This record gives sequence, C-alpha cells and structure tokens, in this order.
Amino acid sequence: MVDDESRPVVEAIGIAKRFGPTVALAEGNLTVLPGETHALVGRNGAGKSTLVGVLTGLLKPDAGEVRFAGRPAPPLGDRVAWRQHVACVYQKPSVVGELSVAENLFLDRQPRGRFGLLSRSRLRRTATDLLESWAVPVDPDTPARELTVEQRQLVEIAGALSHGARFVILDEPTAQLEARAIARLFDRLTDLQRQGVTFLFISHHLPEIYEICQRVTVFRDARHIVTAPVAEMNHAKLVEAMIGDARGLVQVGQDRPSVPASAEPVLTLDAVGVPGFTGPIDLTVRQGEIVGVTGSAASGKRQLAEAVVGLRPRTGRVRVADAAVKPASVPAALRAGIGYLPADRNADGFVPGLSVAENATMTVADRLGPAFMVLPRQRDARGRKAIADLEVHTAGPHQPVGELSGGNAQKVVMARALARDPRVLVLVHPTVGVDVRSKESLLGVVDAETRRGRGALLVSDELDDLRVCDRVVVMVAGRVVAEHPRGWDEATLVAEIEGIGEKDV
Amino acid sequence: MSETLAAGAPEAPPRPPKPTGRPFNRLRLARLRDLALVPPIIALLIYGYTLRPDVFLTKSYLVDTVLKYQTELALVVLAEALVLIVGKFDLSLESIVGIAPAVAIFLVVGQTSMLGAPWPTWTVLPVALMFGALIGVFNGLLVVRFKLSAFIVTLAMLIALRGLQLAIVGGATISNLANRIPTIDNLGSLRILTVPLSIWIVVLAFAVGVVVLGYTRFGRSIYAVGGNPDAARAAGIRVERVIWVTFIVAGALAALAGLMLSARLGSVAANQGSGMIFTVFAAAVIGGISLDGGKGSLVGALTGVVLLGLIQNVLTLAQVRPDQIQAVNGLVILVALVLARLTSGKAQD
Repeated sequence: MVDDESRPVVEAIGIAKRFGPTVALAEGNLTVLPGETHALVGRNGAGKSTLVGVLTGLLKPDAGEVRFAGRPAPPLGDRVAWRQHVACVYQKPSVVGELSVAENLFLDRQPRGRFGLLSRSRLRRTATDLLESWAVPVDPDTPARELTVEQRQLVEIAGALSHGARFVILDEPTAQLEARAIARLFDRLTDLQRQGVTFLFISHHLPEIYEICQRVTVFRDARHIVTAPVAEMNHAKLVEAMIGDARGLVQVGQDRPSVPASAEPVLTLDAVGVPGFTGPIDLTVRQGEIVGVTGSAASGKRQLAEAVVGLRPRTGRVRVADAAVKPASVPAALRAGIGYLPADRNADGFVPGLSVAENATMTVADRLGPAFMVLPRQRDARGRKAIADLEVHTAGPHQPVGELSGGNAQKVVMARALARDPRVLVLVHPTVGVDVRSKESLLGVVDAETRRGRGALLVSDELDDLRVCDRVVVMVAGRVVAEHPRGWDEATLVAEIEGIGEKDV
Repeated sequence: MSETLAAGAPEAPPRPPKPTGRPFNRLRLARLRDLALVPPIIALLIYGYTLRPDVFLTKSYLVDTVLKYQTELALVVLAEALVLIVGKFDLSLESIVGIAPAVAIFLVVGQTSMLGAPWPTWTVLPVALMFGALIGVFNGLLVVRFKLSAFIVTLAMLIALRGLQLAIVGGATISNLANRIPTIDNLGSLRILTVPLSIWIVVLAFAVGVVVLGYTRFGRSIYAVGGNPDAARAAGIRVERVIWVTFIVAGALAALAGLMLSARLGSVAANQGSGMIFTVFAAAVIGGISLDGGKGSLVGALTGVVLLGLIQNVLTLAQVRPDQIQAVNGLVILVALVLARLTSGKAQD
C-alpha cells in the first residue's frame, strides 16, 4: 500500500438516494480506515444495500460524494477504475457457473498467448499464482458451479484483490455458512487483514461483529446513526442504535408455560426417513409445544421438514392429530393441518410479482368464494387481517411482495403458513436474513400461536430461534443424537451440532 | 429507472414502507397499464380517418374490414397469453390453427374411408376442439412429465404438425366448405345483432378468460405458477396440473381459431396458420404479457391485437405497395414494441 496510512480508504459523505417516492438513503455517511474490518449494521430497509450500491458505483447517488483515499470516485461508467478501488462479494453468486474458476477470475482480461489468442496454459498458471498468493485452496480448473459457498466467496475475494482493490465489501458472507465454515472464513479474513486488506462487513449476526470487526457503523431509517469502536458498543447499545427506541428486545418465550406430558400429540413422525438424507426418525410435537430441530447443513434437518410437508418423498408415517398424512403431496399435508414456512423465502416462499394479499392467502384459495371462485374482496379482507395481525409494514394488501424488505416479506410467508389455521406449523429458518425487530416479532408469532394450542416444529441453526423452543433435538448425519429441554447449555448444543460432543449428553 | 440495476447488483434496493394512501393509486395504475395502448389505438383511428374520411370510422368498415380479420389472431393470442403467463411457451399453436380444422374437415368431406369416414358434418367442431386439446395433452406430457423445454418441444411439434397437414391436405386446398358443412357456414356468415358470430366468440372468450384469470383459483394459480413455481408448489398448488391444463386449453382455443379461419375463407389451405406465431407473440408482448411468466393481462393482450390489426389496415389504406407491406409491417411492429417498452416503463424479457 502506497497510500497515506491515515487517510480513509473510503469515505461516503451525505449520500442521498430515492427510488421514485421512496427514500432509500437520506444521509449516508461512512468512513473506513485502512487496514480495519468495519462493520455495517442496520435493520432491513435501513439503507445498507443502497449504500453498497453507491460505494461500488452501481447506483448513482442523488446527492453526496464518495471518495477513495481522499480522491473523488471515478465516473460511474468507468468500471475498471471502480474495480481498482472497491469490490463486493454478494450473497448471491456472481460467478459464471459453467466456466472454470480460472476463467471466472480472468473474465474479459484473459492472458493472451501466440497470435493474440487466449492461452489456456497461461490462464491456468496465472490463476494458480493468484489463488496461491492469497492462500485460497481451490483448484483453478474446478467449474465454478461446483464450489461450496465458502470457496466461492474466497475465489470472489481473490478475484477482487487481483483487480487492485484493497477494500472489499462482504454482504452477509456468513448467512449461508455453518459454524465451522464461518470460523475458517474468519481466519482467512484475519490473515488478509494482516496483509493490508480492508473489509466492510455486513451482517445481521451481531456476535460476529464483536469477533472480527474493529469499528462499527449503524444505519437506521435511511441515515447514519453512529460510528464507534466495537469495544465501546456493547450489545444493548448496538441494538438500541439499530432499533431506535429505548425498548430493548424482549427475550421471546421466557415465560412459556411448560407443556404437560398429557398434552395431545398434534404431529407424530413414526420412523420417517428421507431417502438419501435421513434414517428413520421418530418425533412427536404435542399441542402447545415448540420442538426445535437443529444440526449442521448436512444433518438432513431441512430435508426432513420438507418431507413432512410433502415436498419430498419419504418413508414411514406422519400423523397430524390422529389422521395419517399422504406422503409427497403438499395439498394433502395442507389439508391435514400442516402450515409450512420454507427455508428460503426468495426461492419458494413467495411470488414476488403478486400482492401481499394474494401471497398471504395462497394456501386458502379454496376458501375465498363459492365453488372455484376467488373473490378479491374476501382476499383483500384476509390480507388486511394478516397485515394487521403480523404487523407487516406495507403500503397495503395490493403491494407486490417483491417490493417489501426481507423481514416484512417473511411475515407474509408466515401469514401464508398460518392462513389455513393449521394444527401444527413446520418452520424452517424462520428468521434467516431478517433484522432484530422482525426476528423478535416472528418468534413472538410462533410463541403466541402455540399458546393457542397449535404445535410447531422449528428447524433452525439460530440459537435465538432455538431458545424459544420447549425442546430441542439435535440431528447429525440424518439421525437424532440428542434432545434437550428448555434451558440447555449453548456450548454443549453447539458441540453436538458439530458432532464433537456426543459423549457428554 | 429503479429497475435498471446492473447485473450482479445487490438485492433490490430497500424500500422503507410508506403507509400513505398509495394502495388505491397502485390499483388504478395497474388498470392504467392495461390501457397503455389505447392512446396509440386512438391515434391510428384518427390517422385512418384522415386517409379515408368517407369509410374509415363507419361501423361496417371497422367490423367487417378490421375486426373480423383479427378474430382468429385474437383467439390464438388469448391461448398464447395463458401459456406465457403460466411461464411456458407454445409455438405449436399456429400449426394447430391449420391441422385441427384440416383433420376435422377431412374426416367429413375428404376423399377417404379412414376411421369410417365420411363422418357426419356436426362432428367438425367437436373433433377440431378435441384434436387441439389432444396436442395440448401431448405438449404437456413432454413439458411437464418429461421436463423438456417447452420452447423446443413445441417448435418440433410445430414442424411435425405442419408436415402432417401437408400430407392430409395434399398440397391442394379443400374448398367450397360453406355449402357442405353447416357449422362452417354458420361460423363464417352468421350474424347476431348485425355483428359476425366470430366477433361474438372472441368477445365471449376474452370475457370468460378475464373472469377465470382474475376470479378463480385456477386463474390465480396460473399467475402464481408463472411468477414462482416453487413458491406455488410450497403453497399447495398442483403446479404440474396447472401447466398441463393450460396447454390443453390453449390447444383447444387455437383449434377453434383455426376452424373460424377456415370458415371465413371457406377452405383449408395446406399452409393455413403458417407464420402466424410471430404476430401472436408480437401482439402479446406489445399488450404487456411478459415472456418470463407471471405477468400480464388479457385486456392488455386484446389491445395488442387491435393495435396490430389497425396498423395492417392503415398500411393498406396508406397505399403501401403489397410487395413492401410485410417489411413495413415488421418495422412498425418493432416501433410498437419500443413504444410499449417506453410507456410501460418495464423491461421486456
């Protein structure tokens, strides 16, 4: 690095950006010093993504200025110049799946050989050198689609660094990783930091910020709230800055009544197996009970949930109350009284182009009018009720769900799961990628609904989710290895999830 | 503007909620988008009037010279719109326009004794509809069950059916149908309240279509499946069945369109319907149907048909030479696509 050490790597001053009538960013200020890992936090809709768009030169701000190392940012059209200053690794892959890692790294700037034609061997060599110099353990010939999320992120970081940028934005890099991969990623980030790379780290997961960041900037309601060293911002202060009022977060489910052993079972899994993912599993959810299921990504917990709701073929028997549920049929599971919230709301949670009311009532389309009809009046009435019940922040039942922030879209998906008045809810990662306040309110809904006599099967990696549960079972490699009542010890649970603590249950 | 983020951009820019009086406006806006083509239609009407003030705006001209010739196109556009909204393609519709009436008519008046022919004349309508539906069943089988690409399956089907039709009609034209088949005669010349039956059929078909798409479970499922099939499946919608039924309905509608075309011409030519699919897609896209699925309305599609029909007539009235009319027509469609893109403000995919 030849830059003056004290000069900020990047400065955003008074950035403002509107999309139509919506103010996405009113006062975006950010200063990142060289060599630090700087956290950017805020609730969904606080303006983080817009700021990232402006910092990477993909969005043109309506007002304000971006400076790199004290100099004004290059003009918007000059992508090459931007790439020398800043790079961003997004949650969504930005690699071409069908091309090899080497080809992805040198897209549009492939090394040339004889006659000015591309040289495969030189491409391979340059890519190997690049990956080695940043210690990325990936074979350059691997097709990009075969990379794990972790590898893909490291490759994208290496690619960014090869353009000359020493400032990398990481947009929720840990969202799709499991604990061990996160630890490895953090090790790599610390190494890179030592080599002079500066990071802007975006995460909803506050403990991570204390782990690897030195300073933190909080955004709320489209503006900059505070920037401070992480050491000076304890958890309570940080949350307060994010949500903006003195009311702290309630620990949902602290006062849940214990479920009597005599409570009727609402969901019974009898030797349920998912071919290729789990062995036979027995599990019972009783009336009023929340049963948590956790485990690593390879544990088969998500596949188990998908089999229960009819999205996957399964063996064994599933009963809701006393009625057997036909396998591999979502309509049958719905009719039997299973409400389902899928793991990835963008993939199969909602239809982005359709309205809030339409999405929220998709599971009850047969109850919105006579015979085969769907009456918009009834649909909207139910939509309004869902909006009110779940506190969805939306312009109204007619707004397309694709326009909502993550937390609010998730509330719509929750409304869809609840619409049929199910006896049992099957929820997979219900709070993934939502901000703290939405998380509190989503878990609050699960808490409240189960108190009304529903049961819930809650599949999650998040300790905050699992704390709400009355019981937590741990899955490893397709079987249940442990079960804990409320009040489990965090370290024990994490050790079990990682498959290293089975002995001292 | 906000939709034109560069590729690889982060998730859609966050939009903090604005709980103002916007839902009402939004609803009105959605309706307005359906009517985006009304101003150009009016402009064309005015232009046509300046060309031939004596005839252009008379009922007989508009009905018998403009609209009557768009009825078959309108039905096929309706069929294609359904398939596009459910997120698939059906190129074979234009060959169904030819083959379905050809088969039905051949069995009634053809020089053959196959399958116990000649069949009674009343079978023309049901046989044509069944045949169209059957091709929809087959398309659906390949697309839904065997998970083949709808584009390539229906393209192959288009070519195969075109060949089959040539074999049946034998390069010649089966003509003088009106005198031999009452159904054809009625479809071609019956008038109700002085308006041709074919126009009533189109109006009825679109009215039913609007009700089905807007106010029935099946119709809403079509939008859900086209918008995000995985989400639709997780919500208990039988995605495969919805797609399959849509293919079948589209096939039957195209068959009806074909029969109407044969009735209007009084004959079945070997190339009936040939080249129609391009205009069908143009009308649908100009009318606001997204090729990505899940978006668009039948009212919009209908305005697309009317616009294209008017363009053709106005070009004739403007005395564009017959050998140039096709080139000009293609250019005008391109301009219309660009204009539709500009007025709707959304990218066409």
